[in-house]
Amino acid sequence: MRKDEIRSRVLTILSTIAPEADLSRLKPDVPFRDQLDVDSMDMLNFVIAIDQELHVAIPETEYAKVATLNACVDHVSAMLASRG
Amino acid sequence: MPQLGADMAAGRLVAWYKQPGDAVKKGDIIAEVDTDKGAIDVEVFTSGVVEKILVQPGEKVPVGTPLAIILEAGEGPTPSPPTPAAPPAPAGERQRVSPVARKVAAELGVELASVRGTGPGGAVTRADVERAAARQPTPATPTAPPPAPPAPPGEADRRARMRQAIAAAVTRSKRDIPHFYLSTTIDLHRATTWLGEQNATRPVADRLLAGALFLKAVALALRDVPELNARWEGPKVVRSDAIHVGVATFLREGGLVAPALHDTDRLSLDDLMRKLRDLVNRARQGELRSSELSDPTITVTSLGEQGVETVYGVIYPPQVAIVGFGKIVERPWSLGGQVVSRPLVTATLSADHRVTDGHRGGLFLAAVDARLQEPSRL
Repeated sequence: MRKDEIRSRVLTILSTIAPEADLSRLKPDVPFRDQLDVDSMDMLNFVIAIDQELHVAIPETEYAKVATLNACVDHVSAMLASRG
Repeated sequence: MPQLGADMAAGRLVAWYKQPGDAVKKGDIIAEVDTDKGAIDVEVFTSGVVEKILVQPGEKVPVGTPLAIILEAGEGPTPSPPTPAAPPAPAGERQRVSPVARKVAAELGVELASVRGTGPGGAVTRADVERAAARQPTPATPTAPPPAPPAPPGEADRRARMRQAIAAAVTRSKRDIPHFYLSTTIDLHRATTWLGEQNATRPVADRLLAGALFLKAVALALRDVPELNARWEGPKVVRSDAIHVGVATFLREGGLVAPALHDTDRLSLDDLMRKLRDLVNRARQGELRSSELSDPTITVTSLGEQGVETVYGVIYPPQVAIVGFGKIVERPWSLGGQVVSRPLVTATLSADHRVTDGHRGGLFLAAVDARLQEPSRL
């Protein structure tokens, strides 16, 4: 899966978790928690959705790797690529 | 119109999901009402058959107004003047119907053959027809269209109304309830270690949040100090047999709700987490049920994720206590004469001094601490 496609899927997931947010103004290198009104329940819903839709299970100890849009896209892309 | 919180004075009926003649059982969603806390699904509290709808979509009525009549099993229709039933017309004999009754039956769409006459010689009277009409389901195509529900209020308006509702509730709380506050620091080393181990082996969708442990620990501690699990009703306290912990949940458009996690103490952690996730998601989507807003017997609020270390909560009347959890912070902690680094959380209790006192409150917080030291038993 190409990175732009992963980015689009991640943004779609975010739009369901924080529907009030204007994601066109999302800063890709700033943590979601610093710019969206999200809590631990939202983050859990976020990683569950990534697992279900992109088939990448993010360990709890690696949540920091998906804390920003760019980091999330890079990490998911690397995880998918590692499977060949 | 159910009371969905101390701050609710009235509600507007949005839609009926059941019609006269429909069977309902306890817990079924029967209608939707619009309140300052958003659209709420109204559940029925008894099983039976819907006899009559009393409030139409679009109508705003005060709390306590009957919305519908439900006949329980074995219960007759709405009482009518006691009239001795005349014997029915003998089989094969022509049914006797008064001209007025025949005319009214035609107007109301009542099948005369199904009406038992109470008039002279078993004749069907106008009153017989009207009683039969009241018992039968509402026609699918009513003769007059119901009033159109009002346009949904704008989001800004809803936010303003919710803020006003919260203002009324907390003002009442601070005016009427003599709060006292206690706090304690809890070592979460065992709880967070156990949580980490659990989540490392669980599928993503089955992971637990620390908040689930807090809720279960509070629920179990209430078994030890049940006087905090109560409602203040006038000059007396009514303890609740069940433990329905209210979960303070912020809403994205502003404001908050604290819906009940029913029977919190009886849920396994897995069930509690599933129900908590569902509850929070529905609260934020405006899909709560009436019992979830009316049933909490205590509230738990956590502001740790906002960086807050100590929470001094305002009791939500008629409840008598609220428990707060702050941020989990890694701090020096003295243990067996050694200073070690531990994840610590400050737990607070705001309680109604008319109902309880510091001694019992202290025992309660100690019980919460004790429960969190044995996470595998939560």
